[in-house]
Amino acid sequence: MINGNPHISREHQAYLQAVKLEQMKIVISRVAILVIFVVGWELAARWKMVDPFITSQPSRIWATLVNLHSEGLLYHHIGITTTETVIGFVSGTIIGTFLAVILWWSEFLSKVLDPYLVVLNALPKIALGPILIVWIGNGSPAIVAMALLISLIVTVISVHSGFVQVDEAKIKLLRTFGATKWQILQKVILPASVPTIVSALKINVGLSWVGVIVGEFLVSRAGLGYLIVYGGQVFNLDLVMTSVMILAIEAALMYQGVIYLEKSLGKWQ
Amino acid sequence: MMEAKVIVEAKDLTMNYHTLDGETAAIKDLNLQVYEGEFVSIIGPSGCGKSTLLSLIAGLLTPSNGAVLVKGEVVSGPNPNVGYMPQRDQLFPWRNILNNVLIGLEVQHKLNDETREKAKELLSTYGLGDFIHHYPNQLSGGMRQRAALIRTLAINPEILLLDESFSALDYQTRLAVSDEVRSIIYKEKKTSILVTHDIAEAISMSDRIIVLTKRPATVKNIHEIRLSCDELSPIKRREAPEFRSYFNQIWKELDVK
Repeated sequence: MINGNPHISREHQAYLQAVKLEQMKIVISRVAILVIFVVGWELAARWKMVDPFITSQPSRIWATLVNLHSEGLLYHHIGITTTETVIGFVSGTIIGTFLAVILWWSEFLSKVLDPYLVVLNALPKIALGPILIVWIGNGSPAIVAMALLISLIVTVISVHSGFVQVDEAKIKLLRTFGATKWQILQKVILPASVPTIVSALKINVGLSWVGVIVGEFLVSRAGLGYLIVYGGQVFNLDLVMTSVMILAIEAALMYQGVIYLEKSLGKWQ
Repeated sequence: MMEAKVIVEAKDLTMNYHTLDGETAAIKDLNLQVYEGEFVSIIGPSGCGKSTLLSLIAGLLTPSNGAVLVKGEVVSGPNPNVGYMPQRDQLFPWRNILNNVLIGLEVQHKLNDETREKAKELLSTYGLGDFIHHYPNQLSGGMRQRAALIRTLAINPEILLLDESFSALDYQTRLAVSDEVRSIIYKEKKTSILVTHDIAEAISMSDRIIVLTKRPATVKNIHEIRLSCDELSPIKRREAPEFRSYFNQIWKELDVK
């Protein structure tokens, strides 16, 4: 398309080519960083510049991965952590939005609860971990609760402020048609806040990973967080590094998934 | 003017706003009548309570004293006989044009095949038939304003309230849109009340102009606009010889310093 079209002027062609070249440079540089990092790590370990017992190395990570795969444990751990995370951020977003609706509905309630929300938001939720374990028990439910807790308050606050910022003039327009509060919620507030809710969802994906991994550090017998802690305890850094790698890839994939969702929801934008 | 039948009436209308700093009188003992089928502009110094007056007529606010009567009945809330056209089009970007136009019917639970067809008819009569599945951001400012007007017309109100409906548009679009809107309103035979601070716009569109005083607003003067051209088009009406004298008179009354 760039070279073939005779209607494009030479100048424009040169411009398009320059843009293309720039993009290629970016991609190549990105890949190069990854390759240099992995190869450098591997060589440094082989040439004993670093101690692979402490730093692990790419070939050992690969071996660990293959090993976990053949033992069939890999997907078990990944599955558990992923499930907990998804439940965490989905429920965090849904429950948070629901609570934000309640606060929007009653301005009085929102004013009353404001200082409590501020305190809860400022509190490092991880400090509540031991309480959750005592209350809910040692296992997945406590981990999910941790993930939920971490994302819930910030969701309530950000979604509620999104609701409040919806253009007054649009609300006024609906009121002139005689709209009820419920109709205003349904027809303006919620649809106008889809971008806010999706951006809360995006933040919650990250927070939920934090909650789940911390939760698994504290209580679990399975999952990637468990593998990391266990690997650390028995000084198996290969296992730790492998789990961290998987975590990085998965977190990135999940984030991409949410961005994809955002795009398909926001076609009108 | 035809049969002079009062359709909207303000009686000793008073509106005060309360804040912690005190009480502000926005409107005080205001009396006015609007006759069926006429186009009335309400003009006044900025911040004089014009929009408050419109909100009172729309039933969005409750007056501190006095009353607004629409078709002889005291206004106590939003009234399906009154359609409101806001500043800027306020089309919802997540709805396509057709669904934007249908929103009033939806809210009033009047959406059925018949009203939907009527709305589609209005859209195609006024040149938006090919755009019903487009989203607002795909339309020009003028088309959006037309869609906003059709959204108001779709609930079939007898009275249209235009709240500085053209002030957000650039000058050329504004002239074109006010021309279009005027002719649509004429064809649909609606009584219209336009709030504006643009004197030329008011003269070019209206049968009558009500000039308000500074806050607290009350009626300062009423002008019957009689231009020697028979044209309805606001752009043409601007060329009438009397246009300037009306303009100067109203300009003086507004007392802008």
